[in-house]
Amino acid sequence: MNYNAAQSSAPKPPAAAMTYICAECGSENEIKPKEPIRCKECGYRIMYKKRTKRMVQFEAR
Amino acid sequence: MVAEKKNFKHNDVETLRSRVIVERDRVTSTASTDFPHNYPGVDLAWDFEKFKENFKIKINRLSKTEMEFDMIGVDAAIANAFRRILIAEVPTMAISNVFVMNNTSVVVDEVLAHRLGLIPILADPTKFDFKAKEETPTDLNTIVFRLTAQCKHNPKASSTETDPLKKYIHSSVYSGDLVWDPKGDQAERFKDCPIKPVYDDIVITKLRPGQEVEVEVHCEKGLGQDHAKWSPVATAAYRLMPEILINGEITGEDAVKFQSCFPEGVVDVVVENGVKKAVVVNARKDTVSREVLRHAEFENKVKLTRVRDHFIFTIESVGSIEPQDLLVQAVQVLMDKCAQVKRALQATLQSD
Repeated sequence: MNYNAAQSSAPKPPAAAMTYICAECGSENEIKPKEPIRCKECGYRIMYKKRTKRMVQFEAR
Repeated sequence: MVAEKKNFKHNDVETLRSRVIVERDRVTSTASTDFPHNYPGVDLAWDFEKFKENFKIKINRLSKTEMEFDMIGVDAAIANAFRRILIAEVPTMAISNVFVMNNTSVVVDEVLAHRLGLIPILADPTKFDFKAKEETPTDLNTIVFRLTAQCKHNPKASSTETDPLKKYIHSSVYSGDLVWDPKGDQAERFKDCPIKPVYDDIVITKLRPGQEVEVEVHCEKGLGQDHAKWSPVATAAYRLMPEILINGEITGEDAVKFQSCFPEGVVDVVVENGVKKAVVVNARKDTVSREVLRHAEFENKVKLTRVRDHFIFTIESVGSIEPQDLLVQAVQVLMDKCAQVKRALQATLQSD
């Protein structure tokens, strides 16, 4: 199997930057795929995902 | 001793009919016996003219949120019906659906929704329709509020500041942060009394820098029997008018002791011909703790009763409807129920 060939032949999607929240200092970090997971502010290596932007419905009971 | 008991004022059929008797270890004569043929020679058939003559309502206290009044001349069944209707069957508006766009506060979504639901809303429920579950929200059955809050560091705060209210901006989200979003002609219909929470200082959640809350809430009309958040009262309760009867006279140091058995203002000690004498001045203030009944010196000298048809009613409104209007609405609910029963009875009579 040749993983490299398969990867190079497919059209490369633009590397979407995701925003994560540093577990240490709470600052927002944009991290692209394969980038080191490391806070730009404090160097901490644990990141949280942000909450979904989808609306959630509740009954107020 | 026995003869003394017989001579005791108010120890006859009339007492048993009209008073609840509070004894040292029990309460007797509690049930209402006001029905025809129960007492020989006493006509107790219900009569509207007689009722009109006897029935009285006297308002003792009235404020924006609280009312105390005396309801005299009704059966406990009726007074209790009003109490129960006040708690569970007078409609109000309350938040019933919460749409959470974002909530990064410490309070989780469902708890936040529950807290929002309990906030009393200042809106006239008579101007809204009930919304059935399958119905779509319209401006006639739904009120919309928006709540958006973001917490930041306060740049003006000193570095040694420890009070979160000063250190951060928007560290607490209050009910006053709910912004009414008028739909349809609501802005026009409610321009005289804009819809808002009754109190602006109810804490919904707390935030720290970086956290935010963004929700939309829908208020609907409902009844307290469905959920307590729709109950228009914090409490609606009544007690029976206490009565303290003294057999003969209580004099001397006994009078002082007698006075100390009751809350302040119930019993006065007056000096008559140089002799101290206990006089009941305001039995209403008595909590009926029955302390007097514990002392041997007052045995057969005092009798505690309650007037069976004298209700001291307290209505404590949650603030959305004023207490005097609440009573009127409760009476209307009961009248509507009666009309419904009447119609149903007529229908069954006709079908026979």
